[in-house]
Amino acid sequence: MEKIEDKNRQQEEEQVVNPWEVSAKEGGKIDYDKLIDKFGCQRLDQSFVDRVQRLTCRPPHVFLRRGIFFAHRDFNDILDAYERGEKFYLYTGRGPSSEALHLGHLIPFMFTKYLQDAFKVPLVIQLTDDEKCMWKNLSVEESQRLARENAKDIIACGFDISKTFIFSDFDYVGGAFYKNMVKVAKCVTYNKVVGIFGFTGEDHIGKVSFPPVQAVPSFPSSFPHLFSGKDNLRCLIPCAIDQDPYFRMTRDVAPRIGYHKPALIESLFFPALQGETGKMSASDPNSAIYVTDSAKDIKHKVNKHAFTGGQESIEKHRQYGANLEVDIPIKYLNFFLEDDAELEHIKKEYGAGRMLTGEVKKRLTEVLTELVERHRRARAAVTDEMVDAFMAVRPLPNMFD
Amino acid sequence: MGYSKDQLLARLKELQIEFSQYEHPVVLTVEAQAKYVGNMVGVLSKNLFLKDKKHRYYVVSALADTKVDLKVLSQRLGLGKGGLRMAPEEALGEILQVPLGCVTPFAVVNESARHVSLLLDQGFKSQECCIFHPLSNDMSISLNAQGLDTFLKSIGRNPSYIDLEANPPIGKDQPPDLAAFVPSDSPVLSDLPEKAPSAQDSTGKSVGAATNSAAVTAKAVKPSGNAQNVKEKPVDSVRPSIPAADAGKFVEELLDRASALLISEDSIKQHGGQLGAEVANNIKKCLREDIKNLATIFKNTAYTEGFYAGTRYQPKRL
Repeated sequence: MEKIEDKNRQQEEEQVVNPWEVSAKEGGKIDYDKLIDKFGCQRLDQSFVDRVQRLTCRPPHVFLRRGIFFAHRDFNDILDAYERGEKFYLYTGRGPSSEALHLGHLIPFMFTKYLQDAFKVPLVIQLTDDEKCMWKNLSVEESQRLARENAKDIIACGFDISKTFIFSDFDYVGGAFYKNMVKVAKCVTYNKVVGIFGFTGEDHIGKVSFPPVQAVPSFPSSFPHLFSGKDNLRCLIPCAIDQDPYFRMTRDVAPRIGYHKPALIESLFFPALQGETGKMSASDPNSAIYVTDSAKDIKHKVNKHAFTGGQESIEKHRQYGANLEVDIPIKYLNFFLEDDAELEHIKKEYGAGRMLTGEVKKRLTEVLTELVERHRRARAAVTDEMVDAFMAVRPLPNMFD
Repeated sequence: MGYSKDQLLARLKELQIEFSQYEHPVVLTVEAQAKYVGNMVGVLSKNLFLKDKKHRYYVVSALADTKVDLKVLSQRLGLGKGGLRMAPEEALGEILQVPLGCVTPFAVVNESARHVSLLLDQGFKSQECCIFHPLSNDMSISLNAQGLDTFLKSIGRNPSYIDLEANPPIGKDQPPDLAAFVPSDSPVLSDLPEKAPSAQDSTGKSVGAATNSAAVTAKAVKPSGNAQNVKEKPVDSVRPSIPAADAGKFVEELLDRASALLISEDSIKQHGGQLGAEVANNIKKCLREDIKNLATIFKNTAYTEGFYAGTRYQPKRL
């Protein structure tokens, strides 16, 4: 098992990537190649993207085409099984630490929705309100409230209620789920969990015993109301790469308790507006575009706070072109501009200095505004009753249709 | 609250406008109205409450016999071919502040209807008297076009009469002749179909929604030329339907978006022949995602309502 740096040692030369902290080497950006090496997962290359296109008979999602989801574990096994007619289910989640969701939070959900539609498979979504209660020192009530609020934004991403089960840990842990938690916990020593997650003697026992909670949704027997009799069903977990430690642990344990290892498909971090030094932070409103931002806010944030690779003056820019490596608007367009041809054109012109930063920012503002608008409209249609329905423990008879 | 019938009648008397009135049971259609006011001097009017893509509203008031073609009207206003639709039911209450089946030129007296454009049939001028609802459908009043003018001028409106049956060619060299009737200010109200009434109490919602879905499925999507439809809308229950579960609104929303995109395709076709097909394909791509999202919201809402009803289901007593 790979060891991750203790998060207390902030000044380390190495980058730090774990579920609670993401930061690059001093002043640099995240080295994803090193990360893949260190974690031991695989690169998702073009052959996978082509294969997904063949199997699903539809164009691959923009995140696949652009290498946003760039790493995986055993995704080929999932695809092999799918080709043989064996379905799988999706598992993703959110730690509801704040009411304000930004675009970075939406990325795994947008991709998961695509996977649900393309492969026609069911999905379970875990809201780790207990985790946030413990790590962020929220009250139980507050973390439950945030979980419900976040559920509304998640639902607004367009999941199909007849194939989706959303649950909060505080509500659902127990029964078959808890039995699996104990099975997993028995297979992971204290030393190991310290090694993976960097716990110290000062951390409370809640934290130390949390990892099985995030592990067991990977096993179909945790959801008897959904998958009873389907113990062989595989699980695919779309997530950001900082969640990898949980699932490395899970994959290590799975064969020992007689379950399939869950497969993973992992994404890059969505860069902050100010530049590529880490994740967006929910506590700094200007580091991110929030789903509650108005068109005016978005325009202002993009114009005033986005870090660009444009040159200092127009003359210099026309001469040298923009530095696409660090330019945030280009990176954001990479995530959200659907049209491949248009993106290529913008990159070419901007990189050559023929297009100015203002134009790129304008296009980005349009794209983001449309995205946020669409999300807001969908969010307005989500009622408390709908959240209750999504979170009800009920069978999903049409989940593979 | 909106102007009441009594307030209107009092105002007409104040302005010394001559009119005759006739009370009758509530009517929702011109045919029903005709049964009761056959003895009145005057010609019946039909009144349409319309909206365009940019949420601007129009009252079209015409002689019952005048043919009103919404497609033509839409082009003459400069809104393109499919720019005009029947306004949704809520708009009736919120903007015109009249009940269903009661659209009338008098409704523009309300502050909320300040930005509603009024189009009057020139046919009114050649009649001795015309019959309208005075903000309530249990009464009809008959008055002369001049009387109507006096009233409209008194509330700061400039009455203008147009030939509603005319179908002038509209094109590059012939600008839309009714473009002046398009309201310039954007209306105060936000887009009604998007509002999800989250403040409603939950029991009310499920009962309301159940009766409304029945009422709504009975309502066919209105073809644009049919002027009777405003009066034919079923009397809605007290509770407003959840917009996301309303099949009628859902389809209207889809059609709105489809025609919005098709209209721009049209104008491109006018200017560059080959581009049309290419653009149409791109448009379909954008539209596909949008419509799928709408359909998913619709499905989720329908499921939620069913689920809610299921949790309160009382099994048959054996």
